[in-house]
Amino acid sequence: MPQPLNLLKETPSQTAGPYVHIGLTPNFCDITGVYPEDLGTVMVGEATKGERITVTGRIFDGTGTPLRDGLIEIWQADASGRYPGPTDPRGGADPHFTGWGRCPADGETGVYRFETIKPGRVPWPDGRMQAPHISFWIVARGINLGLNTRLYFPEESAANAEDPLLKRLEHQARVPTLVGKREGQTITFDIHLQGPQETIFFDI
Amino acid sequence: MTEFGINTPPETGAFLPRDRNWHPPAFTPTYKTSVVRAPQKALISFDNSLSEVTGPRFGHNLIGPNDNDLIINFARPGEMAIGQRIIVHGRVLDERGRPVPGVLVEYWQANAGGRYRHKKEGYQAALDPNFGGCGRSITAEDGSYWFRTVKPGAYPWPNGVNDWRPAHIHFSVFGSGFAQRLITQMYFEGDPMLKLCPIVNTIADPAAIEALVAPLDMSNTVPMDARAYKFDIILRGRRSTPFENRREGN
Ligand SMILES: [Fe+3]
Repeated sequence: MPQPLNLLKETPSQTAGPYVHIGLTPNFCDITGVYPEDLGTVMVGEATKGERITVTGRIFDGTGTPLRDGLIEIWQADASGRYPGPTDPRGGADPHFTGWGRCPADGETGVYRFETIKPGRVPWPDGRMQAPHISFWIVARGINLGLNTRLYFPEESAANAEDPLLKRLEHQARVPTLVGKREGQTITFDIHLQGPQETIFFDI
Repeated sequence: MTEFGINTPPETGAFLPRDRNWHPPAFTPTYKTSVVRAPQKALISFDNSLSEVTGPRFGHNLIGPNDNDLIINFARPGEMAIGQRIIVHGRVLDERGRPVPGVLVEYWQANAGGRYRHKKEGYQAALDPNFGGCGRSITAEDGSYWFRTVKPGAYPWPNGVNDWRPAHIHFSVFGSGFAQRLITQMYFEGDPMLKLCPIVNTIADPAAIEALVAPLDMSNTVPMDARAYKFDIILRGRRSTPFENRREGN
């Protein structure tokens, strides 16, 4: 037997279940007084640099029914393309922007909504610039391991066309599943878990 | 002083790929809800960019004094949640065995009778007026966390006609990068309901299921107060960067 490599195994995932709100957004489900506020509800303040946008939409299951129990987290760069906090080795991000949002789907309509700013461009590992995008992470009852996808912007067709990730996708016909629909300052990004419009999900 | 402490910059390398045979697959028909919620096309793989290796940070000042005590954090003044008092503790490590300090761990659970405080809950077990069911910690320099709670009860759920969840606590864990984001459930050693659970059994490998079962830890029991269970959480590790090719000028 050769020497062992001593790598541990990642803790296996289990579904977030129907009561994920109790843990992650307790105030949303009327468990008040434990935390002053739910995390991730406010991403921007008055001093935040950048174009204010609303990102909204729904998550649809394979029957076309919106998920009313899902929860989405997003992570994005600031207006200059830098990630907040110490994990971006370049530093220098806008101190008035969190970069991170968390939103439960509405219990009746399934709509999620983030008030944020449009992100700047972030480099790919080889130095080429990616198109502006927002990373999504989706959990819900019936989802055994959180799903990762990205939102791109429809007004960025030139940047999208040269995006190192979008460009290399074999099935270009699926790229539109990653591009939101824009009306004024509102970008609508519906996520389809199954079906002909199934959103591209990533193994990151 | 540790090499990867809270006050030193986190690692920034790309993550080791996820072993998707170790995790439950998306489509698990015995867990019925997964059938219409499982993506049917292949996931698209790509090596991490900054968007995946970076992630949100939460400061220790986020945490209130009772956030990790579910026995009192929702209770009326002077009162306590009912149930078997337990301490759950462990460390958050990465696949390389390094502690992951300064990360947010959130947990939620049913009360001692197996009832959640949630309007969609349909089980007739009684609500405990002094139990909310949520708590949170930020890991210390050595990756450790702990909280005090009551042992949750098993509960029935609409899947098969007579499916019951084993006692469990839900966990949500951040790492230093968004690609480490993980939600899972902790189970209790010796629970006969474990092998009957369709959600547990979405995991194929018995060794992976065992990784979710917390052993009773009498060495950390507080006499006359609470028994302890130990639950270590392993997040994805990063590739070590010393041997990576570097572009000219980097
Ligand atoms: Fe549960």
